Amino acid sequence: MIDIWLKKAFVHIDRFLLGMLLLVIMVALFVLYSASGQSTDQVLRQIINLGAALTLMWVVSHIPPQRLESIAVPAYVLGLLLLVGVALFGDVSHGARRWLNLGVARIQPSEGMKLAVPLMLAWYFARREATLRLADYGMAAILLALPLGLIVKQPDLGTALLIGASGFYVLFLAGLSWRIMGGLAVIIGALIPIVWPLLHDYQRKRVLILLDPSQDPLGAGYHTIQAMIALGSGGFAGKGWLHGTQAQLDFLPERHTDFIFAVFGEEFGLLGISLLMLLFLAIIARGLVIAANAQNMFSRLLAGSITLTFFTYAFVNMGMVSGILPVVGVPLPLISYGGTSLVTLLLGFGILMSIQTHKKLVAS
Amino acid sequence: MKSSELRNPQREQHQFRLRLGVAAAMVLVCFSILLARLFHLQVLRYDHYQTLAENNRISLVPIVPNRGLILDRKGVVLAHNFFAYTLEITPSKVDDVEKTVNDISKIIEITPNDRKQFKKFRDQSHNFESIPLRTHLTETEAALFAVNRYRFPGVEIKSRLFRHYPQGAMGAHILGYISRINDADLKMLDKSGDISNYKGSDHIGKSGLEQSYERQLHGTTGFQQVEIDADGHAVRVLSSTAPIPGDNLVLSIDSKMQDIAEKAFGEHRGALVAINPTNGEILAYASMPTFDPNLFVDGIDSENWKALNESLDKPLINRPLKGIYPPGSTFKPFVAMAGLENGKREPPYSVPDPGYFMLPGSTHKYRDWKPGGHGQVDVRRAITVSCDTFFYGLALDLGIDRLAGFLTHFGFGQKTGIDIEGERSGLLPTPAWKAKRWKQKWFPGETVITGIGQGYTLVTPLQLAYATAILANNGAAVKPHFVTSIQESRSGVTRPVPIQTVDKLNLNPEHLDLVRAGMVDVTKPGGTAASVGAGATYDIAAKTGTAQVVGIKQGEKYNASALDERHRDHALFIAYAPAEDPKIAVAVIVENGGHGGSAAGPIARQVMDYYLLGKEPNQPAPLESESGDAPHD
Repeated sequence: MIDIWLKKAFVHIDRFLLGMLLLVIMVALFVLYSASGQSTDQVLRQIINLGAALTLMWVVSHIPPQRLESIAVPAYVLGLLLLVGVALFGDVSHGARRWLNLGVARIQPSEGMKLAVPLMLAWYFARREATLRLADYGMAAILLALPLGLIVKQPDLGTALLIGASGFYVLFLAGLSWRIMGGLAVIIGALIPIVWPLLHDYQRKRVLILLDPSQDPLGAGYHTIQAMIALGSGGFAGKGWLHGTQAQLDFLPERHTDFIFAVFGEEFGLLGISLLMLLFLAIIARGLVIAANAQNMFSRLLAGSITLTFFTYAFVNMGMVSGILPVVGVPLPLISYGGTSLVTLLLGFGILMSIQTHKKLVAS
Repeated sequence: MKSSELRNPQREQHQFRLRLGVAAAMVLVCFSILLARLFHLQVLRYDHYQTLAENNRISLVPIVPNRGLILDRKGVVLAHNFFAYTLEITPSKVDDVEKTVNDISKIIEITPNDRKQFKKFRDQSHNFESIPLRTHLTETEAALFAVNRYRFPGVEIKSRLFRHYPQGAMGAHILGYISRINDADLKMLDKSGDISNYKGSDHIGKSGLEQSYERQLHGTTGFQQVEIDADGHAVRVLSSTAPIPGDNLVLSIDSKMQDIAEKAFGEHRGALVAINPTNGEILAYASMPTFDPNLFVDGIDSENWKALNESLDKPLINRPLKGIYPPGSTFKPFVAMAGLENGKREPPYSVPDPGYFMLPGSTHKYRDWKPGGHGQVDVRRAITVSCDTFFYGLALDLGIDRLAGFLTHFGFGQKTGIDIEGERSGLLPTPAWKAKRWKQKWFPGETVITGIGQGYTLVTPLQLAYATAILANNGAAVKPHFVTSIQESRSGVTRPVPIQTVDKLNLNPEHLDLVRAGMVDVTKPGGTAASVGAGATYDIAAKTGTAQVVGIKQGEKYNASALDERHRDHALFIAYAPAEDPKIAVAVIVENGGHGGSAAGPIARQVMDYYLLGKEPNQPAPLESESGDAPHD
């Protein structure tokens, strides 16, 4: 009886993917306990976040891709309206305007756009698939640029980067020609020396510090310097769980959110990092397989974009903490503390599972 | 493209998979780069980071740069810094702050005021920050505390830099002051991206040059990497980057002249601005009464603040910049210039003055200040005797739009762009302005009174001096400024601030000569300021003015006993000298001073005498003395 019930509950769950996700999440809870200064409270709160996010993933995995396709446009339009709402009436906190107070709850519409944008673009290309022309890529670029502009203005560079990447991946997978991509890269490269002298002094300073944090060792650079010390002193095998001096002695800023990777690296070393990256790779590989086997254009593009965005998430965070990428506010997926990004991420994996499992049903 | 209109699912999927393959390769490449980087950090550079992390618990300590000095044109120091001992408490390291303060007060004097300040700072800062309890400890006090230090963990003697204005109240409105950084400042710094340069800084410029040149004065914060033990005490300095001190400012102000100008006001309220018309340098800038900016540096105490803020004399108002007054008759030379340049009233044209002016078709009389009038008046004499009737008619003849349009070139109704913040733009009224502001139509009578500087017209003393300087400089407007050069501490180079000519009116030299002649006659026998010119070895081109007090801000809070005095007219005076080759242009306003020639003129004369002849006054100007001036205006 329970057997059948369980089987039914898991009919739309991709077991391999779920297994990998749960492994990463387990690791995450241990790291969080260490990074939060051994706060059981914080770990408990994250477990509640996880419970909610996993439930939502389960729900979404039951929605067939056709239904997702039909909500793409309304979701995108609603998201865009909410973003405009944020720009006009949003609450300011920490110098950025990201939240919208709806009376009953405060929401952060840019987070929802992480899924609405790839949904919308995948829908657009799926509809145009037989007659794809250059103009379609232009239209898609506009669909991407609208929310992106609003989010950059908030400002929220991290989210903008992820949404920009998710949109670009749809374009790329839909077959955007190499020549156009090369051309765009050249144009952007050529624009830099033109725009640079037009910037204000302080704006240039900000860009330079973003590129080279050591120029500002008291401000933004402090994070990177401390994170590098944490990682480097972790060595090959790490200092051991709860024994990272950098992390435990308060040298690492934001160590349970954006810089949690430094704590992990300090305590578990290169060995631990390699294992974590293998887990990430397994998740990404599974996602790409799901995309490759998806049945129609919409599912393919969506699954591909979600998977590659997850990769971007992880790479940008690990890259910024280890000092090879500029510091933009991107958390380490599945591991950094916080409920919002966790929900979006697992919703994405729910979509992947739906694409994978509904295909089987239709095929049989 | 056309050929692909037919769907080819196989080909599509193939192409898609090809792209996925490319993406997968990118994922692998990126992760490999990451791994290589981590291998570099964790294996190759392990020893280096291991040492940093294990042996050293490093902490970054900011080193506050020395704030730039402010010097006058002769090198006299107007603002500098000195080191002094402060006694500071870090609340998070102290069990009972209240008790600690009480215990300390048994060794070192802690006034109730110190306690109040301490409480205020504590409310504004984090618990782990070090908060000053007493500043300016004497050597003895510092030694006394050092002996007892073991009794007070969490309490430290620190040596900090303090800002000091050695000239006290003199020129306070020019320099402004620095004060403790507050939340609004932090937000501003965060926005401009300068916040990390203020780690360790407690103070920021709040007004005057200290505010407008904050960027140059502050300097670049240095830092030390300090090894700290488990309790957070510094053990060893690992590396250190020296701070770069702020740049020094050299002003065009001459302290001696500034002093003469301020003293010349005696007990009167008012403002004086003296400008070099050829290069826009501000030579003297008085706002009376003034205040001691040193009071603000470490947070002003409530008694002093109350006294300054609630004083009827409003010492905190920067009068030359923010005080707005009707220009009165000092407006007339500019109106005369507008007339001449528009082909009105060119000699030998003259008008009869019966003592009043009437609009065509009206019986309302706009009266001249002199009952019975001045007789037949041409433009030169109209300036000399300040004939109202002449200018009533001229303004009407020109029309308000033409008059206002021309006067814009003299800077009226706009900010001068001087290098301190908070300037007001005054008002040069037009029908368009009135329609917008009051939703009313413009009446001809309002044009008439604009001709004598009454009505809506408002100027700041700075604007008046600026306009005078433009007139003296034959119509060329040079942006007024205090800072003539900046001594860069980084390079040691002194960089002059460029002189900016903002506007150049092409005025007819004959018209300029006419107006100048009229203004020179003002300080000659028979003029309205004959006493001001008495005994002068150079020619002074001047104009007196009187402005009614109604609606002036300074009159906001009347005190019954002071009522009478504060209802008297404001005295105005503008001048430039030597008339043939102007080196200085001055505007003076004495609030409730009565007549411009006798109250404001002598102040201007003292300043000009010093600047042109190096002559210092023996005694304060005889403000109320009877003079040989014409009786009014």
